[in-house]
Amino acid sequence: MVGKAEPVNGSVKSGSNQSIPATMQSPLKKSDLIPNLSLKTLKLKTKQQELLIRVSILCLVYVLAFITRLFSVLRYESMIHEFDPYFNYRTTLFLTEKGFYEFWNWFDSESWYPLGRIIGGTLYPGLMVTAAIIYWLLRFLRFAIHIREVCVLTAPFFASNTTLVAYFFGKEVWDSGAGLVAAALIAICPGYISRSVAGSYDNEGVAIFALLLTFYLFVKAVNTGSLAWALASAFAYFYMVSAWGGYVFIINLIPLYVLVLLITGRYSMRLYVAYNSMYVLGMLLAMQIRFVGFQHVQSGEHMAAMGVFFLLQVFFFLDWVKHLLSDTKLFQAFLRITVTTAIGVGAIALGVGMASGYISPWTGRFYSLLDPTYAKDHIPIIASVSEHQPTAWSSFMFDFHILLFLFPAGLYFCFKRLSDATIFIVMYGLTSMYFAGVMVRLILVATPAVCLISAIAVSATIKNLTLVARAKSKVTQTGSVRGSSSSKGSSKPFQRNGAIALLLGAFYLLSKYATHCTWVTSEAYSSPSIVLAARGAHGNRVIFDDYREAYFWLRKNTPPDAKVMSWWDYGYQITAMGNRTVIVDNNTWNNTHIATVGRAMSSYEDEAYEIMRSLDVDYVLVVFGGVTGYSSDDINKFLWMVRIGGGVFPVIKEPDYLVNGEYRVDKGAAPKMLNCLMYKLSYYRFGELTTEYGKPPGYDRARGVEIGNKDIKLEYLEEAFTTSNWIVRIYKVKPPNNRW
Amino acid sequence: MGFRFDLLMFMIVLLSVPVLSNLILSNVDRRIDLTTQAVRITSTLKVENTGSDLVSEVLLAFPDDQAKHLAYLTATNNEGKGKAKSSSVSFPVDVVRPKGMHPSLTFYSVSLPKGLGKGASLTLDVLAVFAHALQPFPERITQPDIQLVVFNETAHYLSPYAVKVQSLTVKLPDARIESFSKIENTKIHGSEVKYGPYENLPPFSYSSIVVHFEANQPFAIAQQLIREIEISHWGNVQVTEHYNLVHGGAQSKGEFSRLDYQARPHVRGASAIRHLVAKLPPRAHSIYYRDEIGNISTSKLWGDPKKTELVIEPRYPMFGGWRTAFTIGYGLPLQDFLFHSEGKRYLNISFGSPINEVVIDTLIVKVVLPEGSADISVSAPFPVKQGQETKFSHLDVVGRPVIVLEKTNVVLEHNQHFQVYYKFSSLSMFGEPLMLISGFFFLFVACIIYMHADLSISKSSPSYLAKLQWDEVQAGVQQVRNIFDRCLTLHDKLEASLRDLSRTGDVQACKASRKAVDGLLKDISKDLKPLLLSLQSSPQAAQILPKCSICKTSNATS
Repeated sequence: MVGKAEPVNGSVKSGSNQSIPATMQSPLKKSDLIPNLSLKTLKLKTKQQELLIRVSILCLVYVLAFITRLFSVLRYESMIHEFDPYFNYRTTLFLTEKGFYEFWNWFDSESWYPLGRIIGGTLYPGLMVTAAIIYWLLRFLRFAIHIREVCVLTAPFFASNTTLVAYFFGKEVWDSGAGLVAAALIAICPGYISRSVAGSYDNEGVAIFALLLTFYLFVKAVNTGSLAWALASAFAYFYMVSAWGGYVFIINLIPLYVLVLLITGRYSMRLYVAYNSMYVLGMLLAMQIRFVGFQHVQSGEHMAAMGVFFLLQVFFFLDWVKHLLSDTKLFQAFLRITVTTAIGVGAIALGVGMASGYISPWTGRFYSLLDPTYAKDHIPIIASVSEHQPTAWSSFMFDFHILLFLFPAGLYFCFKRLSDATIFIVMYGLTSMYFAGVMVRLILVATPAVCLISAIAVSATIKNLTLVARAKSKVTQTGSVRGSSSSKGSSKPFQRNGAIALLLGAFYLLSKYATHCTWVTSEAYSSPSIVLAARGAHGNRVIFDDYREAYFWLRKNTPPDAKVMSWWDYGYQITAMGNRTVIVDNNTWNNTHIATVGRAMSSYEDEAYEIMRSLDVDYVLVVFGGVTGYSSDDINKFLWMVRIGGGVFPVIKEPDYLVNGEYRVDKGAAPKMLNCLMYKLSYYRFGELTTEYGKPPGYDRARGVEIGNKDIKLEYLEEAFTTSNWIVRIYKVKPPNNRW
Repeated sequence: MGFRFDLLMFMIVLLSVPVLSNLILSNVDRRIDLTTQAVRITSTLKVENTGSDLVSEVLLAFPDDQAKHLAYLTATNNEGKGKAKSSSVSFPVDVVRPKGMHPSLTFYSVSLPKGLGKGASLTLDVLAVFAHALQPFPERITQPDIQLVVFNETAHYLSPYAVKVQSLTVKLPDARIESFSKIENTKIHGSEVKYGPYENLPPFSYSSIVVHFEANQPFAIAQQLIREIEISHWGNVQVTEHYNLVHGGAQSKGEFSRLDYQARPHVRGASAIRHLVAKLPPRAHSIYYRDEIGNISTSKLWGDPKKTELVIEPRYPMFGGWRTAFTIGYGLPLQDFLFHSEGKRYLNISFGSPINEVVIDTLIVKVVLPEGSADISVSAPFPVKQGQETKFSHLDVVGRPVIVLEKTNVVLEHNQHFQVYYKFSSLSMFGEPLMLISGFFFLFVACIIYMHADLSISKSSPSYLAKLQWDEVQAGVQQVRNIFDRCLTLHDKLEASLRDLSRTGDVQACKASRKAVDGLLKDISKDLKPLLLSLQSSPQAAQILPKCSICKTSNATS
């Protein structure tokens, strides 16, 4: 297409040179480089031009993907966001300071007091190791940067790399045009940006890259049947396992895909090579991650992959026998026997494994993925997390925008040109869309698939349209005189105009997509959630930096061995920023411990004091938004504390805190609610404060009511610190009274 | 209130030893300034030599527990009766241990370069600054309590010499005075307490006085301050200051109530540190204020051509005993601080902290010189501990030399300029950019080499051969396409000329263009020939050859 503008004289030269038979090209190629360069250096061949354009587009997309994620740094500062990233940052810091072996053997006594946590054995080290390697590499290259900057920029860097993978994936599945579009779409897709802005130093940041890379390499391996690609995909899988628990998706999707190929009769030697080498090597590599260990052979979630592995062997064996046996009848009989035995052996093995407890059953998290209502009934701790809620339509629209409409169109194109690769992308798209519907956070996993499939739609549509538009333009050019092409003339102008109109429409939609993505990134996804920003009365920006105020106070003004009790959301932040021991944190591995904290928070003060004494608690930290109107505070999370606490300790009953099934904090609230520890700590001396003009003192702006208990006396605790906007309140647990 | 710790001091009076030399102090006038946390004692001593020998040193005595807080001591010659202060000469002051003196006294000797002859007299201005001389009492207060401090001194000037006439003025902050020792000749004058005059006191007289008063000024103490001054010859002096701050006043106990603090900040929390003012040099730029966990958004900055003022608020108001740590950093224009002299460059920059109200326990100043600096020497106006280390920053190979200067008990008076001399060739400035440029250059060269090199291991593997064939076919197809394109343009030309013919009837022009096109077509078929030949020669192309020849013939006939 781009070669049309090429001048004639330039190509004569290169053409005559290139026409020498290429069997002896290598010495000759070099010699003809020189006249090419000396004559018309900038006249490139079509292929070169295309390469140049492709590479420059890719470079631009690469840069774009990086800089669009820097909004948060511009708006706020170069800092770590949210909750989990603080843990990752803390561990990365430890890794760079103490080295890998110390990190691997790290027992952290600062969290889950008094239990502690074996960090090395309970985390996915991929992210930390990646950041540390980047850090060490930069240090080696004599760039004296701080590890925090590396951590902040890891996610954008990997997002950029993901665009490259998306390009190659698109190229593999469809063509290089689709690859380019996919790269551009994924670079700015909000669904992905939400987890990979600068500062969002979380596992997902590198995991999506690893996920897409694994898929791409596997598809490449299936397409080529090459052992090298299969091995590469195994290593990408290893990286994915080391980075994120979402690897379970890969280890289930790929067997499913293989199964579908088997059923649709697309079994080939390429598939056999790709799957077997990827599975065996990937499994062995994954076992090196301590947190995963032998799950690949012991856990129910990984059994599908193993089943398909054995199925492939049976399939191959049958194929071979079929090849040997010429008699179809004999083969049919053999087939029957073999299949029955194989299924029987498999079922028995599975049954024995399950019964003996060697193969663990599916975990609650896995169940809750398959059945969205499961968590609500059985595991409140999963259900309490907002990002585990089922996805609303609006957030699909928010995160995908036009991709939501392009996705079905892309599916249509995929079905029209069915190949091993398109089957894969279709399956990836459909399954991940289902999971995205189950949990908000899994929109992230669906994003690459949606982008790729939409890119196929965009690319194919635009290609067809330009073909129509261009073909006509040629005709009009040559036959501008009436009559020379009268036979086509009647239908084509309409078609051509239609094509141009559609093209314009497509560009309009795509530009809308770009503006939407930029807007979403800048407005919604670039907030660090540690620092809150609001508009003041005069339109100026007001910063609420209360979290850091409180954590820094803890860090500097409490004894170094002080134990801080708070709801688990703030655990990682307290250990990372406050550098103090916490009772529970965001690694919710021990439900009982969390329930104990929940119980303390929902008990009366004297009962809570007993619990806090038994846990050696020195300080209690609560988050309170009544002054600023910050709604995700502890009072709004309180019902989950009651539920989780009540799930383990039946003395805590949810109805005690409700009035006619209604949750309220004003005068009509339940008496237990008005006197429980959380209520007291949140509203201590709040009744004397006038928060809003024209409202009575003690008016809670987050809930819009006047509080019910204004005369709160604390007997066992005292206010140690409250931040300037009252968002974080810290109380000191008094030592027991002297008995004599 | 009992101040038993002063008993020891009384002992000294009894243990007084004979007069050291023939000096006497004919007049001593002392002013003690207690308005800030650093206690400043200005003494005007009139020294007279009554003996016959030339005296070249004057001894100043301080009790040990005062001397350990002594941060700064100067003695200047007060010639012009205090009018020409700028021209006054300061004398060197050294610690001495004269024999036979009581061990709990520390002596400083002021050396007089000219000496003091028989009967001559001299007026000395002695300024002594003490860092931790104010003791909070009571030591623990609650949030609404006011902060009270005590100060111990002697009403009589402690000196190894006899004093004829003396007086003492204690200047207190404008606030409540809880109590003060009343001895003879004590007067109170607003916020000033006056003792004296006392006449004809023997050497080593001591009379303890105690002042107990309200002091709500912040006791900001930097337990450690590390100032890092990094010189870049590209035009910037980067100063980074790491503060480790503690409120050194009365410890707070009990609750901290934000409500009370917000409602009446000057009553409930009067002694809290709310903000600090850093007076930065003019034209300071890229100023930041942060701590370990990120930027601190509560700071204000304004500047005029004479100074830059940065008002910083700690993350939280600091009550007694509370700690915080933060870092401020700023860039300064190089030409304001770096000068040349005698083939050397020297940095001339202030030693102490830009925050005036802070008393610094340990100050470490690190001057990071550019990589390749040599022949380094330091000149400081007061004694400091010196050291050297190496720092690795961006693109450093051997590291930058760092001069480390350490000083304890630093107060405002130490904000004097010091100089670091070094040699540095301007050419080595370009070392690092060149390194970067060559790095990228080699990267691109490596890319070019990679693109042009054939890295396949096996030259006979089927995939490699297939790739070669694919390239070959692609090239061929590309050529054929070019030829077709040219052919098509010729056709267009021909058609256009025909159209012209039908319109204008100019047969000649048409013929001419026809001729030209024919010639070009011949060229094209010539170009096509090698392609066809290669097609004929390759065995795989046998089945598509007939189609090609059809094309060719059609091409030729057209």
